[in-house]
Amino acid sequence: MLEIRNLHVAVDGNEILKGVDLKVGAGEVHSLMGPNGSGKSTLAQVLAGRETYEVTDGEVLFNGKDLLDLSPDERACEGVFMAFQYPVEIPGVTTNYFLRAALNAIRKYRGEDELDAFDFIEFVKEKARVVAIDNSLLQRAVNDGFSGGEKKRNEIFQMAVLEPKLAILDETDSGLDIDALKIVAEGVNKLRAPDRAIILITHYQRLLNYIVPDAVHVLVDGRIAKSGGKELALELETDGYTKIAGQRAAVETEKV
Amino acid sequence: MSNMTSATSPIDQWEKEEYKYGFVTDIETDTLPPGLSEDVIRVISGKKQEPQWLLDWRLKAYRHWQTMTEPTWANIKYPPIDFQKIIYYSAPKLDKDRPKSLDEVDPKLLETYEKLGIPLEERAVLAGVAVDAVFDSISVATTFKEKLGELGIIFCSFSEAARDHSELVKKYLGSVVPYSDNFYATLNSAVFTDGSFVYIPKGVRCPMELSTYFRINAMSTGQFERTLIIADEASQVSYLEGCTAPMRDENQLHAAVVELIALDDASIKYSTIQNWYPGDKDGKGGIYNFVTKRGKCLGRRSHISWTQVETGSAITWKYPSCILQGDDSVGEFYSVALTNNYQQADTGTKMIHIGKNTKSTIISKGISAGHGQNTYRGGVKINKGADNARNYTQCDSMLIGDQCGAHTFPYIEVKNATAKMEHEATTSKIGEDQLFYCNQRGIGMEDAINMIVNGFCKEVFRELPMEFAVEAQKLLEVSLEGSVG
Amino acid sequence: MVGLKDISDTYRSHLARVEKSDAGDAFRWLHPLREAAFARFCELGFPSVRDEEWRFTNTAPIANTAFAPAPSGEGVDADQVAPFTLREPGAHRIVFVNGRFVPALSAAGSLPGGVILGGLCDAAREHRLIVEAHLGQYATIENHAFSALNTAMLEDGAFVYVPKGTVVDAPIHLLFLSVADAAPWVAHPRNLIVTETSSQATIVETYAALDGGVQFTNAVTEIVAGENTVIDHYRVGCESTEAFHVGALHLHLRRSSTLTSHSIIFGGALVRNDIHANLAEEDCECTLNGLYMIEGTQHVDNHLVIDHAKPHCRSWEYFKGILDGKSRGVFSGRINVHENAQKTDAKQTNMSLLLSDHAQVQSKPQLEIFADDVKCTHGATIGQLDDEAVFYLRSRGIKREDARSLLTFAFAGENLNKIRVASLRAQLEQHVRIKLSP
Repeated sequence: MLEIRNLHVAVDGNEILKGVDLKVGAGEVHSLMGPNGSGKSTLAQVLAGRETYEVTDGEVLFNGKDLLDLSPDERACEGVFMAFQYPVEIPGVTTNYFLRAALNAIRKYRGEDELDAFDFIEFVKEKARVVAIDNSLLQRAVNDGFSGGEKKRNEIFQMAVLEPKLAILDETDSGLDIDALKIVAEGVNKLRAPDRAIILITHYQRLLNYIVPDAVHVLVDGRIAKSGGKELALELETDGYTKIAGQRAAVETEKV
Repeated sequence: MSNMTSATSPIDQWEKEEYKYGFVTDIETDTLPPGLSEDVIRVISGKKQEPQWLLDWRLKAYRHWQTMTEPTWANIKYPPIDFQKIIYYSAPKLDKDRPKSLDEVDPKLLETYEKLGIPLEERAVLAGVAVDAVFDSISVATTFKEKLGELGIIFCSFSEAARDHSELVKKYLGSVVPYSDNFYATLNSAVFTDGSFVYIPKGVRCPMELSTYFRINAMSTGQFERTLIIADEASQVSYLEGCTAPMRDENQLHAAVVELIALDDASIKYSTIQNWYPGDKDGKGGIYNFVTKRGKCLGRRSHISWTQVETGSAITWKYPSCILQGDDSVGEFYSVALTNNYQQADTGTKMIHIGKNTKSTIISKGISAGHGQNTYRGGVKINKGADNARNYTQCDSMLIGDQCGAHTFPYIEVKNATAKMEHEATTSKIGEDQLFYCNQRGIGMEDAINMIVNGFCKEVFRELPMEFAVEAQKLLEVSLEGSVG
Repeated sequence: MVGLKDISDTYRSHLARVEKSDAGDAFRWLHPLREAAFARFCELGFPSVRDEEWRFTNTAPIANTAFAPAPSGEGVDADQVAPFTLREPGAHRIVFVNGRFVPALSAAGSLPGGVILGGLCDAAREHRLIVEAHLGQYATIENHAFSALNTAMLEDGAFVYVPKGTVVDAPIHLLFLSVADAAPWVAHPRNLIVTETSSQATIVETYAALDGGVQFTNAVTEIVAGENTVIDHYRVGCESTEAFHVGALHLHLRRSSTLTSHSIIFGGALVRNDIHANLAEEDCECTLNGLYMIEGTQHVDNHLVIDHAKPHCRSWEYFKGILDGKSRGVFSGRINVHENAQKTDAKQTNMSLLLSDHAQVQSKPQLEIFADDVKCTHGATIGQLDDEAVFYLRSRGIKREDARSLLTFAFAGENLNKIRVASLRAQLEQHVRIKLSP
């Protein structure tokens, strides 16, 4: 479904991603871990189409299409969803209105009929149930005055409504208490589907106690330093990133 | 290999839509030479066949004005104005005296109003809206006059009121904004040319929206209109004012005065959609909008509400205010002020609590884009005898791009311990973040900007009469096009 | 009037006693900091109203009282403690009398593995590495005379340590009781709470008096919220109306941490509550809620400083005061948004309800913003009960006094509802009801 080849990305001339290769197949859940500043969020932002990042080399194929050629809204319409690390507030615009505008933009793109307000509300209430979100949230302005935890849950809710093909969760688990973490994890587990791929970007291993990934990748200094199964996350928990970073450095030295 | 387009903002690529009311109407005018003197004032007064007391009042104001200096405290910048280069009277040359009915109005004028979207023919008029149209210095037509007359409502041009309802005008003119009030109000008192007059009799609820459209057409002309609205006991009225002007390279002065008086249990709702020519994208030309608007809640339980959507003018300087004199009276101010390109706005309100249990609400939304500078200046004053006064102020600024500025100056003066005051202020940037968030959910750029701005202004738009809320929303969208870059 | 020299002499004798005590021995490694802190205290002296940060709070009654060091307070039994304990299933309790840890009255219960709960003096010996790494790192002695004095005099207090990934479900209760003595006394409790990455805990700090009498509690609490932690903290002040309480709370928030601290104050003749929150890393969320309810000549000063040092942090302050009689309230809230702290979202609300014409409140919000893409909001209200609302209730047959209590309770209720420890909320609601009953 998603294929990243030799991706190099720079911001203001500083190279942040230094050749990332990653393949994520339909139905798979991949976890991307790494220390601060390793480039995890950059990768998410580039996939979603943030324009402050400059792709200097490499390519990204999404279901065979060149993803980098599309605008952010086109990518969303193609089925790419990013749960933001810092969800943005939009005062005065209700979540209901916002999500309907989004869903209808996506439906229109796909050549489907737009949902009217009544059909939409039925559809969305069902989704709210799935991710245990209170219906009153729909009438509140998007993320406005939400606590950090509420914002993160709202992202999962939006993911449920927009039914993406590829969901990238950028540190959705950070700052959550244990109950909220379980709700988010449950939401993600419910949304696992054979035609949907999920990338979990996380700073902490804890989330993986509740979501079992198919693969774990460790990003260090702009490159994937190590890939493995779910046991890799536990290894990281005990040894930390330094050891892997060290191994990576050793490999680099050998190459030279 | 594919490359992402880097760093330039997607909003940069927006095309700038031109000010669409910028045409000039080519008609014969009756125009005085530029310059100001007692003689000019006498001519203006004479042309309008005004009573002697009014001429005397004008002259008193003029003499006082000569002793005054232009205020400099506002957060706006402009080259000095030469008051002797301004034309103080310009009117479409009307056949014979004045038109008796719309059939006698110059067809070119009617056409102008059609272009502006303000049909003056009564049958075509927006259902339930009576219109008074002011073209340069005079009122050219007032619709629905007879129908309103049946209810005892007086809705006519100010000149007409000065002749036909001299006693009412004399009683209230200057009672809220005295001739000596401030530099521009005093100038207006001396030279005002026309405007609207409204009187709603006791117990009458005005059945339709009353509306005035102001239009500056002639070159080098200043527009100095004067509006006076009196709501007698237990009456109600909703009034809307709209403004446009042609595109010119020079700056033109608009210095209006609006006075509102609400007696016991009366309610006045005054809405403005101000779309004077703002100047071009480099800041050349545009209207200087220096306006004094003030309402007096004279009666008990009276209510005055100002709503304004300010998108036009090169410079806006106005503070629609309320003097809450009657016990239990209520004053409100809802404002959206948008500055784009090189526009400057210094606007806000003053709420003066004098009576007991008086309440005021201030909601101000400032939007700055391009090189626009937006200042909120609000005063709340609770006088000693104003027991249990309450004020709620909310003041939000939105910045679009990083060349613009937002400034907030709240002044609070409380002389009574029972006062309850609330103040909230926010400054936020609509930036790539909010837009990217919308985009990432599939919403295109144009829809995203409109969604965000309208959400921001929601609390003010909902105060406008329905038809105008839609108009205001569109106006904002047009004014914001090409806003970043 | 007691001169600065006399004050220094008095406290120097206290310091000499501390150094010779068991605590002096346990904290031997702290000696240089003690000396520095004491020197700083002598330089600063007790603050005067000429000091902007103390403009509305006169500390002369503290400066002018010759306090003795707190007596040991032996003989307090379990029955005396019972009314102050949390009736929360599984609560972990440690008790302090006159500032000293009393294991016999404590009931730490069963704690998850690795969690440490006990007295700071013991911890100074048994867990020196952790204590040494954090103690005095957040509470600065530079500009705060009381914190400097506390650091110089510290002997004991609570120590809480929650290791990585550990969730402590039941609340941890730190109960500080004071027992009167013939002479006025002073205690300097010092608390240190350290939480590691991805842990979660609820901590309740209660300061209560078993009887009346003049005491001065000069407490300092330092809390370190580790990365990705969720900490819920409460500080309840129910001391006697003759007591002085100066409390400083220093919060240090690390990346993606969520910390909520509630300050609830009912007692005390003169109470100063300083809170300094340092949002030191990205993505922190700090909530400070406060409620105080005072009468007579009580004086409560809440002084909050929030430093937004890094981008994407959020802070919410919601403080309410209810003042009757001739009481005085002060609220000062400063939000510093540092230059690179973009996307800061800060909201401050301060509401005061005056139940009498003689009560007074000073409210001073201050925003200092050096970043350009932030959202900062502040709101302040000072007012009396809404006459219309009182009249409305009376028109439905409710007596005037009852109507006033009902509306006052509703005002307090908004903050009480934010308390997530059910038994504590019930206790405090009861407390408010009793205060409101005629």
